Amino acid sequence: MRIAHLSLSVMFLTFLGSFITPAHAQVPAPPADVKAKDLPNDAGHGILLTWKLSPDDKIDMSPRAVIRYEIHRKLEGEQEFNTKVGEPTYQKTSFEDKKCELGKRYFYQIVAVAPDGSRSKPRITTKATIAVMQLFDTRRTWFGIILLLVGGAVVYFIQVAQRGQDLKIRKIAGLEAFNEAVGRATEMGRSCLFIPGILDINDMQTVAGITVLSHVAGLAAEYDARLEVPTSRSLVMTTARETVQAAYLGAGRPDAYVEDNIYYLTDEQFGYVAGVTGSMVRDKPAACFYMGAFFAESLILAETGNAIGAIQVAGTAMPSQLPFFVAACDYTLIGEEFFAASAYLSGEPHQLGSLKGQDFGKVVGTGLLAIGCLFATAAACSQLAGGSELTKTLNTTVDFIKDNILGDKGFLP
Amino acid sequence: MKRTVPLIIAATVGFVVIISWFIPYAQSWGQNVMIWFDILAAIAIVLGGGNLVKMHLRKVSDRRSGWGYSLITLLAFFTTLAIGLSKFGVNPSELYPDYVWSGNHLQEGGGFWWIYQYLYLPLASTMFALLAFFIASAAFRAFRAKNVEAIILLGTAFFVLFGKTYAGVIVSKAPLEWISTTLGWQTDALEMFRLDRFQETIMDTFNAWGNRAIMIGIALGVASLSLKVLLGVDRSYLGSQE
Repeated sequence: MRIAHLSLSVMFLTFLGSFITPAHAQVPAPPADVKAKDLPNDAGHGILLTWKLSPDDKIDMSPRAVIRYEIHRKLEGEQEFNTKVGEPTYQKTSFEDKKCELGKRYFYQIVAVAPDGSRSKPRITTKATIAVMQLFDTRRTWFGIILLLVGGAVVYFIQVAQRGQDLKIRKIAGLEAFNEAVGRATEMGRSCLFIPGILDINDMQTVAGITVLSHVAGLAAEYDARLEVPTSRSLVMTTARETVQAAYLGAGRPDAYVEDNIYYLTDEQFGYVAGVTGSMVRDKPAACFYMGAFFAESLILAETGNAIGAIQVAGTAMPSQLPFFVAACDYTLIGEEFFAASAYLSGEPHQLGSLKGQDFGKVVGTGLLAIGCLFATAAACSQLAGGSELTKTLNTTVDFIKDNILGDKGFLP
Repeated sequence: MKRTVPLIIAATVGFVVIISWFIPYAQSWGQNVMIWFDILAAIAIVLGGGNLVKMHLRKVSDRRSGWGYSLITLLAFFTTLAIGLSKFGVNPSELYPDYVWSGNHLQEGGGFWWIYQYLYLPLASTMFALLAFFIASAAFRAFRAKNVEAIILLGTAFFVLFGKTYAGVIVSKAPLEWISTTLGWQTDALEMFRLDRFQETIMDTFNAWGNRAIMIGIALGVASLSLKVLLGVDRSYLGSQE
């Protein structure tokens, strides 16, 4: 009798429970059309999974019936999907599993999960997928072609220059001013200050700055001017020391080289600025050179230099800092002029040849710009005239230039 | 030899990084090379720190001008180093509560954190704040209307600066509404002359054109200089042969 009572109570509670369970706690419908394929352009460690959303995963649903998807995988031959590989959120229809092993055969299982944790029926990929390694990243084909063209042009013009052909290079006022600046410092009996930016030696701007330092140090050695180089990176300090020492040696003044004039201050941006500007105000150098990568400190340094009446030459490839240098310095090397400095200053034919190679790159860039503008304008005009097959062709060409040649969608559309 | 070996290392590493960009198999090589550099730079900080201490100790011992600043630098350097290394004020981590030194030296409330939060940050902010005054003094010189180019620059700067403030929006709204009602033109047609929109046009069109031209030049310059360094055409950064 008591057992019958208990059974009845349980049945009643179960019946009642079915009414008080909230609607969103229902088991969601599973996603559909689950497919897996090798992830393209990788080293064979990725598989791309795609699916259609669970019918309960609706974009404007509140509260949500599906909060995420859970993806598990197993190797062919294994019984259970034991390895969880990811949990993409609702409304996602793809997932990249980048932790696969090359050549192994994987199956995937995906379930939709409700906010209360209830899971849909699993959906499993029908056939095994293998991660394959690609030999070449096809997204970068056009980048490679342009790089080869520009690199080839640089090498070609270097060889042309080495054969003795005369190459005309326009005068760059900022670089011509180096002699004047160092000469002025010598006459005034004051020092020259060279700042090679605040980034480390792995940045190309720092390397460019160091090559310019080589020339400035040569001039300082020749004129017997004192050259100070405060650095914000230890590696830059050691590189700068080697470079300056070589320049003094080249100028026949190895005895005039003072290692302690090239010193490390701090890696911290504003700590470095405080140290350099403090030394500028105290020592009042007659010539200041800012050559490298700069950020917010550019104007603080250049304005301090201006306030102490130093002749200032700056060079950087940071477009946002260029206006500050232009406003506060006597001469500014803008972008490519800065990178051309070492070739220009050396005057060696094989170095000057590289500048001609750069010009070839500009021709390629300008050509692409002109063709792109021409086709885009023609497409817009054709669209205004009513649109036709020609409009479609023109738009396809513009998209090809944008997405394939300048983008990452591969060699062909 | 002193220049040849570094040149070979630089060229090899440079070409490895380029290859890793195009060949998926070599992607990890490029990442490894970057990690090597980080390790090298981390070790090199000893050189920098050593040089800093040597320079300032010499300045203090020689009683050269400004030796007081050097003394403060040395005190700050060694105090921060000691507090950072000893993990002063840092609680043990939850994982290893029995080990006094198991906490992170950057832990909130710790001595190192305190120095950063209450000494370094205010000092750095003070230096950064100087920028406002320097911008004003540089702008004063740059915008002096001494020739046609400077007048154009001044005008453009005026529109951009004024357009970025609420005053620019309010001031340009009233005349445009007056023109619209007087001449019967649609307000939409005059929208582009509102100062906030006009400055956007200047920034997104003219400024973007100039910037992109500079960026293309920079990209080509970087490619060319990289190639010269990798091929050993430019060796000035490598120092002396002797």
